[in-house]
Amino acid sequence: MQMPLPDAGVLSRKARIVARLSSVLSKDAVIHDEAETRAYECDGLTAYRCPPLAVVLPSSTEEVAAVLRICHDEGVPVVPRGSGTSLAGGALPTADSVVIGVARMNEVIETDYENRTIRVQTGRTNLSVTGAVEADGFFYAPDPSSQLACAIAGNIGMNSGGAHCLKYGVTTNNLLGVTLVLMDGTVIEIGGAHMDAGGYDWLAVICGSEGQLGIVTEAVLRLVPKPEGVRPVLIGYRSDEVAGACVSDIIRAGVLPVAIEFMDRPCIRATEDYCKAGYPDCEALLIVEVEGSPEEIDAQLAVIRRIAERHDPVEFREAKDADEAARIWLGRKSAFGAMGQMGDYMCLDGTIPVSELPFVLKRIGELSKEFGLDVANVFHAGDGNMHPLILFDANKPGDLETCEELGAEILKLCVEVGGCLTGEHGVGVEKRDLMDVQFAPADLEAQMRVKDVFDPAWLLNPAKVFPLLVSASRRERLGLAA
Amino acid sequence: MLRPSNEGELAEAVASASGPLSVRGGGTRGMAGDGDALSVAGLSGITLYEPGALTLVARSGTPVTEIEAALAAENQMLAFEPMDHRPLLGTKGEPTIGGVVAANVSGPRRVQAGAARDVLLGVRFVDGRGTVVKNGGRVMKNVTGYDLARLMCGARGTLGVLTEVSLKVLPRPETQATVVLGGLEIADAASAMAAALASPFSVSGAAWTGGDVFLRIEGMAASVAYREGRVAGLFPKVEARILRGEKSAALWRGIRDAEALAGAPGDVWRISAKASEAPRLVKGLPGGAKVLVDWGGGLIWALVSEGTDLRRTLGAFDGHATLVRGEGHGPRMHPEAAPLAALAKRLRAEFDPRGILNPGVMG
Repeated sequence: MQMPLPDAGVLSRKARIVARLSSVLSKDAVIHDEAETRAYECDGLTAYRCPPLAVVLPSSTEEVAAVLRICHDEGVPVVPRGSGTSLAGGALPTADSVVIGVARMNEVIETDYENRTIRVQTGRTNLSVTGAVEADGFFYAPDPSSQLACAIAGNIGMNSGGAHCLKYGVTTNNLLGVTLVLMDGTVIEIGGAHMDAGGYDWLAVICGSEGQLGIVTEAVLRLVPKPEGVRPVLIGYRSDEVAGACVSDIIRAGVLPVAIEFMDRPCIRATEDYCKAGYPDCEALLIVEVEGSPEEIDAQLAVIRRIAERHDPVEFREAKDADEAARIWLGRKSAFGAMGQMGDYMCLDGTIPVSELPFVLKRIGELSKEFGLDVANVFHAGDGNMHPLILFDANKPGDLETCEELGAEILKLCVEVGGCLTGEHGVGVEKRDLMDVQFAPADLEAQMRVKDVFDPAWLLNPAKVFPLLVSASRRERLGLAA
Repeated sequence: MLRPSNEGELAEAVASASGPLSVRGGGTRGMAGDGDALSVAGLSGITLYEPGALTLVARSGTPVTEIEAALAAENQMLAFEPMDHRPLLGTKGEPTIGGVVAANVSGPRRVQAGAARDVLLGVRFVDGRGTVVKNGGRVMKNVTGYDLARLMCGARGTLGVLTEVSLKVLPRPETQATVVLGGLEIADAASAMAAALASPFSVSGAAWTGGDVFLRIEGMAASVAYREGRVAGLFPKVEARILRGEKSAALWRGIRDAEALAGAPGDVWRISAKASEAPRLVKGLPGGAKVLVDWGGGLIWALVSEGTDLRRTLGAFDGHATLVRGEGHGPRMHPEAAPLAALAKRLRAEFDPRGILNPGVMG
């Protein structure tokens, strides 16, 4: 992984920069000791590490603005950070950067049930947004696997998804407003409790911009009323192809489950060894979850059962109570932990058209043999968002490199069949240099023009998203200016 | 009128334009700017439709009716229910999917299923330099790079001319019913709509006009029967009646197209606001105004006498007012706060440096 060389001028001004930052923040909100900045040297993509120049932990929008004004003035790159759970290296620092962590800004500012919205500071974790409203019958829909830890700031940065997107959409579909601080310290209010943009849809481009356009300090989120009930079923099949065909048939039949999850044999086996969820011995397994009143759930499950049985399942298991429902989800929810027990793994995140599922799974199997590394598949089948897990041994020389090569091949395959490199984790540094597989130069140029509008000096998270070579002239312009 | 028949010709037409272009699809929504007419109607046809993946890709000039017919054949639909502006604006022509996306046109189901921008998965467009750009794709979950597709949605052709759009579609509900609550003033109506939308009964439309509240329920027959009872039961003190099947469908087509305001003279305003502000805003409208409230209070259509300075009458509120028909007073689009207006200007300068695409339409 290549990162730009740190700016020697910035490094040499460390003392002054730290002093200026300390003048606008409380003492415990500026971290510059080398031993302490190490805690921020990486995010969830732990293969790459670099301690930053300093870390600041502001407590308000005003403090974020003050910090950004100083960094803008000093020409210091800024790396925004939520909870640091990014799997793509979105919060990976450079040695000359100031990390702005929003973790201390975690208050609920306003709960408005009449308009079904909540305004929060963005350091608040995803799950605790739901925690603040569930007693009153509401929830916040996007539910990334890391929801216990991940911050709304990062969810907005990466446009995070989750298992229930088929019905409720991803972050961009549930974000109504933001307080955004631009790199020069300007504070802007965008959107609110009203439902559509008055001018350009700024929220659309801010959501998923990986912290490159500004720092979001507050967000207005859509609240959804909790359904009367939910119930999952588990369906086992003899082959991936048949399971894939079943997914397509369910969607076509007009039932819209809230989630359709898919696990293949390597993944089923690993989770069985790990947590003994009692999954059937089969090649492919689907978990389909529907919502509504008990009668509505029965009616939907009757349709799903009819379709599932046409494909001759090994097993069709319906949860009769909450305990059985939890057991159906247990293996799926433990999948990543189970793979972690087996050794090192790399989790991919490409999306494919659902119709290409059987072909892509077959090709992944072939590539796995070719590269000599096992791949387990667990993913959101309803929306085609795959999570192939490549198993490797970090202690074996060359294994990580082989794993990265295989990962790149699988992602290229996703693009070839009409999909994309990343469905919910983001580009970060991890997929940065694959962007030209999916985009032509003019496509990337158009995206970079948007960054030019918001952050003309390219100081915000500059070495992410775009291939280094492609963004070089813009980032170097910054060097010249400094 | 320039009427290219493919993306390459369109790119050439933009690149070689010597002055402003009035970019349009079917020209039915009254949103094009001044200049030489540039129509995308020649770029037509569905290029991909996978019912099992809930995805449809079409060239921007494809008639909405053609798309709706193809979807209906598979029991699917555009869930955001785009309105037909022709009755309200008295325009003629064939509404196109490009126009729908360019104006982010969404109907009553917006409260439940989202807006046009929410189901937009990808676009191809020609920017003001004549460069072809693609963004997004045809899959539902995609965070690869910036989301320019949704940025184009609602930009009314000022950042680029759409040539192809990719949309998520949804199953068409088996049936529908509408719970009608009679004799409610706007304040009680807004509370009733908020209560219905906060219930777990998947209300897919909540509107108010002429003293009646309309609450729509859709889905499988047994489920609709169950939920219409539960929704009506939320309001034990109000007399409720139920419209079913085609009667319900026709009612919502009328609400979608703001039919209650069509055919009469005056200016038509579309106010997008925080739903709970609807009572204050509706009461603040000039006397004699004709009003239709949709989106549970979040969307207010108002027919007022010509030349009314409605933004001044209403004062500050969380949202915006667009002049949809008539000369009105002030710009069509609600002026944005200064920092956003400055960003908008810079954005246009990046995507359309010569300022030739629907100039003035977005401020």
